[in-house]
Amino acid sequence: MKTLLEVSGVTVSFDGFRAINNLSFQIGSAEMRAVIGPNGAGKTTFMDIVTGKTKPDEGHILWGDKSISLIGMSEARIAQAGIGRKFQKPTVFEDQTVQENLLLALRKDRSPLSVLLYRPNRRDLDRVTELAQQIGLPDQLLRAAGELSHGQKQWLEIGMLLAQDPQLLLVDEPAAGMTLAEREKTTTILAQAAKTRAVVVVEHDMEFVRRLDCKVTVLHEGAVLAEGSLDHVTKNQDVIDVYLGR
Amino acid sequence: MERSFIARNPSVLVFLALLAAFTLGVTALSEGFGIGVVSTSFVKTLGKTLCLCLVAVAMDLIWGYAGILSLGHFAFFGLGGYMIGMWLMYERTRQIVMGSLSEGVLPPTPEEIQAAIGNQIFGVVGSSDFPVIWAFADSLFVQLVLVVAVPGILALVFGWLAFRSRVTGVYLSILTQAMTLGLALYLFQNASGLRGNNGLSGLQNLPGVQAPQAVVSIWFLWASALALGLGYLLVAWIVSGKFGSVIRGIRDNEARVRFLGYGVERYKLLIFTVTACIAGIAGALYYPQAGIINPAEVAPIASIYLAVWVAIGGRGKIYGAVIGTAFVSLVSSWFTGGQAPDVSLGFYTIKWVDWWLIVLGFSFVLVTLFAPGGISGLVELMQRRRRKGDAG
Ligand SMILES: Nc1ncnc2c1ncn2[C@@H]1O[C@H](COP(=O)(O)OP(=O)(O)O)[C@@H](O)[C@H]1O
Ligand SMILES: [Mg+2]
Repeated sequence: MKTLLEVSGVTVSFDGFRAINNLSFQIGSAEMRAVIGPNGAGKTTFMDIVTGKTKPDEGHILWGDKSISLIGMSEARIAQAGIGRKFQKPTVFEDQTVQENLLLALRKDRSPLSVLLYRPNRRDLDRVTELAQQIGLPDQLLRAAGELSHGQKQWLEIGMLLAQDPQLLLVDEPAAGMTLAEREKTTTILAQAAKTRAVVVVEHDMEFVRRLDCKVTVLHEGAVLAEGSLDHVTKNQDVIDVYLGR
Repeated sequence: MERSFIARNPSVLVFLALLAAFTLGVTALSEGFGIGVVSTSFVKTLGKTLCLCLVAVAMDLIWGYAGILSLGHFAFFGLGGYMIGMWLMYERTRQIVMGSLSEGVLPPTPEEIQAAIGNQIFGVVGSSDFPVIWAFADSLFVQLVLVVAVPGILALVFGWLAFRSRVTGVYLSILTQAMTLGLALYLFQNASGLRGNNGLSGLQNLPGVQAPQAVVSIWFLWASALALGLGYLLVAWIVSGKFGSVIRGIRDNEARVRFLGYGVERYKLLIFTVTACIAGIAGALYYPQAGIINPAEVAPIASIYLAVWVAIGGRGKIYGAVIGTAFVSLVSSWFTGGQAPDVSLGFYTIKWVDWWLIVLGFSFVLVTLFAPGGISGLVELMQRRRRKGDAG
């Protein structure tokens, strides 16, 4: 399989503390990957680095067919290049409707002038309706996002990711605070998305990871501890010691 | 497209209709065109208020919608005033000078005319040479362009530096205060070329116009109303679509908008510059009605008042900015103009000229604490209550 994102030898320190330590990571173009690891392992920081929020001290990040370097690119340009991100805490625009949130994310020219002149056409609205169906919010289009339940907000944010139509989705703890039924639905949405693009899911919950049924990368102290199938990594003694044993 | 925009925003039409009715009403009551119930000086006060409403609408766009608390927009307002003031003062002085020189035996040379005008204008600051910045003061067209261009370019450069370094929140507010303070201090110097603390005066006299002030004041009232109407329409259109959605997103969560692929800095810069241009136009209409502009007008406190008006009217609703500004600035000029009767408590007399600022400051605190939506927020709250009452 072709490599979509290649992170090699990346290191980041905050005031001398190495949050990411010589980390290397690869993912192919239509792959689902779960990233697990104890709190503070550096999972969120890893996403910050890939999306341009945090600049690494060392290492390389190469993206796409042409292997362009993402280091030094602005957050907006990285997003435009095809990397979408869902935050750990659901962040939708609460005082805007579900429809406005989705339209905002829809893949379109992002320059101020074309946004100023943009008015949604039939096709865009249909696409928004289709996305709303996919995330289970077809009747909520005109509701303010702030009125949605916690789980619905998480889905809306995933819907916004899909609207961006990225090649790589980085999803930080999507199932946090969800009921069992909501988790199952989230799994389905993500599995569906991973058919056509790469999806990296950070998650704490083992049951959720098991249901994703994909390759797992275990992070610990900013580096990869083990990688492979869930059964493989859960048998790894190092992993048992630092994570599962606790 | 435009029709559907109006159809989707009926409140814009209501506002424009009210504005037109107001302007016509004042005209019918004025001394210049009507029955003379409303004095010319009050017509000027109303016209100036419309200009303040226009800059407040711009303030609402940048603060209420985009969440950037600029405390420097009165600098742009003042610059617009200075730009038109230069032409007004130059041209009028030239006409007076021509009149007196033509009484001589020989026709005056261009050098003599220029020296005489320079002497008239810059005598107060002990000079008679024209500073470079007056190079185009003889051209109404160029000065009108500068009304928009000078605030626009200053905003573009300042905004580019500030937003590029990701200065946000209270730091940006402080930086804009520093900008307007810097401008005021510069203008206070006699060497600034704009007559130091004397400022520019006699701006109410339009060169070559014989009509009395009673008539001119109505022209300016109409021009101010037109500018406010167009400004309102422009801002309502900007915030009505996806652009409005993006800037409200920037206000609520700037990082999130960035990760959606929007170049947040470019949006901020655009809004900062556009609102500065609107402020410049508002200032250019205001000062001919005020008659005088001096550096005290761009003192940092003026920009803070602007934020207070918008906050009292209610942020993020364009009509809120208009209501807040009209209300506060009219009440304010009543209290500070000495018309408000002093209240005698026997042992102490409350002089409103002194006490008004304290009342204003106190109401600002009250609004911030108890009615963060301002006046328009209260109106909407009552509407919602009534609707609920109807339903239940
Ligand atoms: N901006 C920051 N400044 C200082 N320390 C940070 C910063 N961001 C993350 N860290 C530290 O880096 C480590 C990894 O954090 P994080 O990536 O959030 O962990 P995870 O998401 O795996 O729980 C933690 O010890 C955290 O305290
Ligand atoms: Mg985390």
